[in-house]
Amino acid sequence: MKSSPVLAAEPVRQAGRPRRPSIGARSRLTPYLYLLPAFVVYAAFMIYPLIRAGQLSLYEWDGLSLATFVGLRNYQEVFTDPDLRDSFAHALVLIFFYSVLPVLVGLLISSVLHRARIRGLGFFRTVVFLPQVIAMVVVAIAWRQIYAPDGTLNSVLEAIGLDQLARPWLGDFVLALPAVGLIGTWVQTGLVTVLLLAGMSRIPGELYEAARIDGAGPVREFFAVTLPAVRGEIVVALTLTIIAALKTFDLIYVTTGGGPGNTTSVPSYEVFRRAFELGQVGSASAIAITLTIMIFAINLVVNRIGERDNR
Amino acid sequence: MTRRSTPTVRMAAVAAAAALALSACTPGSNIPSSEGEADPNREVSTDVAGLGDITLTIWDQEVRGGQDEQMTQLNEAFQELYPNVTIDRNSQSFDDLGTTLRLALTGDDAPDVVQANNGRSDMGAFVSAGQLISLEPYAEAYGWKERYPESVLQYSTYSEDGATFGEGNVYGLPQVGEAVGVYYSKSKLEELGVALPETWEEFEAALATAEEAGEVPIHLGNLEQWPALHVFGPIQGTQTAVEEITALGLGNEGASWTTPENTAAATTLADWASAGYLGEAPNGTAYDDAWSAFAEGEGVFLVAGSWLAAGLDTEMGEDVGFMAPPPAQAGDAPVTTGGTGLPFAVTSGSDTPDAAAAYVDFITSAEAMQILADTGNVPVLETASFAPESGVLKDVFEVYGSVTSEGSLLPYLDYATPTMGETLGASLQGLIAGQLTAEEFLQEAQTDYEEFTGSGS
Repeated sequence: MKSSPVLAAEPVRQAGRPRRPSIGARSRLTPYLYLLPAFVVYAAFMIYPLIRAGQLSLYEWDGLSLATFVGLRNYQEVFTDPDLRDSFAHALVLIFFYSVLPVLVGLLISSVLHRARIRGLGFFRTVVFLPQVIAMVVVAIAWRQIYAPDGTLNSVLEAIGLDQLARPWLGDFVLALPAVGLIGTWVQTGLVTVLLLAGMSRIPGELYEAARIDGAGPVREFFAVTLPAVRGEIVVALTLTIIAALKTFDLIYVTTGGGPGNTTSVPSYEVFRRAFELGQVGSASAIAITLTIMIFAINLVVNRIGERDNR
Repeated sequence: MTRRSTPTVRMAAVAAAAALALSACTPGSNIPSSEGEADPNREVSTDVAGLGDITLTIWDQEVRGGQDEQMTQLNEAFQELYPNVTIDRNSQSFDDLGTTLRLALTGDDAPDVVQANNGRSDMGAFVSAGQLISLEPYAEAYGWKERYPESVLQYSTYSEDGATFGEGNVYGLPQVGEAVGVYYSKSKLEELGVALPETWEEFEAALATAEEAGEVPIHLGNLEQWPALHVFGPIQGTQTAVEEITALGLGNEGASWTTPENTAAATTLADWASAGYLGEAPNGTAYDDAWSAFAEGEGVFLVAGSWLAAGLDTEMGEDVGFMAPPPAQAGDAPVTTGGTGLPFAVTSGSDTPDAAAAYVDFITSAEAMQILADTGNVPVLETASFAPESGVLKDVFEVYGSVTSEGSLLPYLDYATPTMGETLGASLQGLIAGQLTAEEFLQEAQTDYEEFTGSGS
């Protein structure tokens, strides 16, 4: 900040014309003036709705008539209503399938692809990344067919003689949530793999050489060289996939609609249902705000842990 | 450092000020109040030609083939009859209309006539918020009470505060009817050597025979949760008294879910599920997949609404038939879940309620019913007289006609409370999967019902 007057004065000196810089150019506010247009857009479409949602969450409102102020009761409900608590628990389960599993699988795939130095790496990268390119609704419809009672998965199981394992996956009270979660794993693994591959390609070859001279095998090499080097990429991958896990809506909406029972309901779906179908706008806003805070908090923790040893 | 923080502080102050300004206005306070609503005793006019040049804005959900066609024809006829009226039609799918109507009604430029779903979460909420006007004066002027049977009109009738459903003022008129019944495959019944069941007992026997023969007795796709309601409704109709179901279905006080009759109904459904009468995996099958499978020859019966008739007719032709759920005694009056298409209502924001009401009258007149039948819809009035010569549509027209004139139409159970659809859907999945007992299922429903009726709203 202190340097700004100097910078502003410089062009004047170069031009050799002793002209006073305008008040606007000298002002410390100039940089903010440049930010203003973008900020106005950001404020109108991001900050205002967020504040408004925060305000709505303090009311009981059906979207039609005058709202009544209820203070924090909507938030209290988020923590006491067993159905809502379950939906948040389901979101946490989805984090395992959307983030933890893809990172583990992604590490495996990318280190194999990286080490093998096979021909046609671009092809495999594309194949792994492909699920990311397809619209989520299309993915969901395709998987609904796969999981259907007479769908692909059951047909395959029956063909190899595992009839007793065949079941209506999305209609099973215990397995519906993992079944939906695995769709997430399938989608997110590609993103994670590509991120990790990019990170690994930047590791200098000398490091591996040195490790090999020291007698490290492939496994040792992975833990000593590769893993620490891609720590940053893992943090980015976790951040992106955790957000995706917590805001899952389309997948649930298309595959199970929260069922069977309430076993796959998630917060985002509850927000939609309450606001647009049940006319409980206040409660929906409270869930949305809670979810926002949760996403912030979890990612803050992930990033803190990721950066800790880098300093 | 202090200099650097100044703009941040300033920005925070601005944000705080904005938040304060926001909190000053309560959500909903900018919505036009219902105070301006027309005095119920004022003179209503049925003279549209004398109103001058006006534009009527209509929001409907008649988007599919025959539905769209009848609407187009009727709109043209109305504008021909009254050249001073211009109709501005906005047509959206059922789901889209359901979610946008709320916003449209509270906007400055509300439409004049809207198609609002009957239930408490839609029409009921709009009535209690004063967004729709009572059509009572017009009902008198146009003779609507003579035109419609009471059992049909109750589904668009609310008390003025929206608290009681089925009694009070008329808020809308439907064009078409719909009923849940039993589709059957004639060839499958023949293969099994089973005659068309005429009593409930024969029906259950037919299910058992089909199951033993390795057929799917009733093809049910319940992935979406709501389809099971349409199977439970008719079963409940065979056990529980009509008045009791109506009170439960409309969410009015004085009834109970936890009765021996309802327990018997729930137990029947659970037994059917565990005996495999509802197919291998009802909870894992999608609704559309189930009825397409039935159309392709998988399954003997399909318990579903009349809205599938046109599709099944195309796929199965003469092989498919439709009947009301068989009564306990042969020849008893048929009882089944059903209702009307979405009623057309007049908004309180309408500048020309007289013209809007005239439009509602026009699209539900006897001539309109003929146009509805001609375009393949099930007219809500005098249904049987419009029945086509043959085919499953003939069955549908006759079933609806006999249920509304002789038997009883049971309300959709999810009309009852804003959350009942979800409660029943989730717990019926539990009942079918054997996760909940009949008693536990009924307790879930009872809790929802009590919470709603007990709160006095």
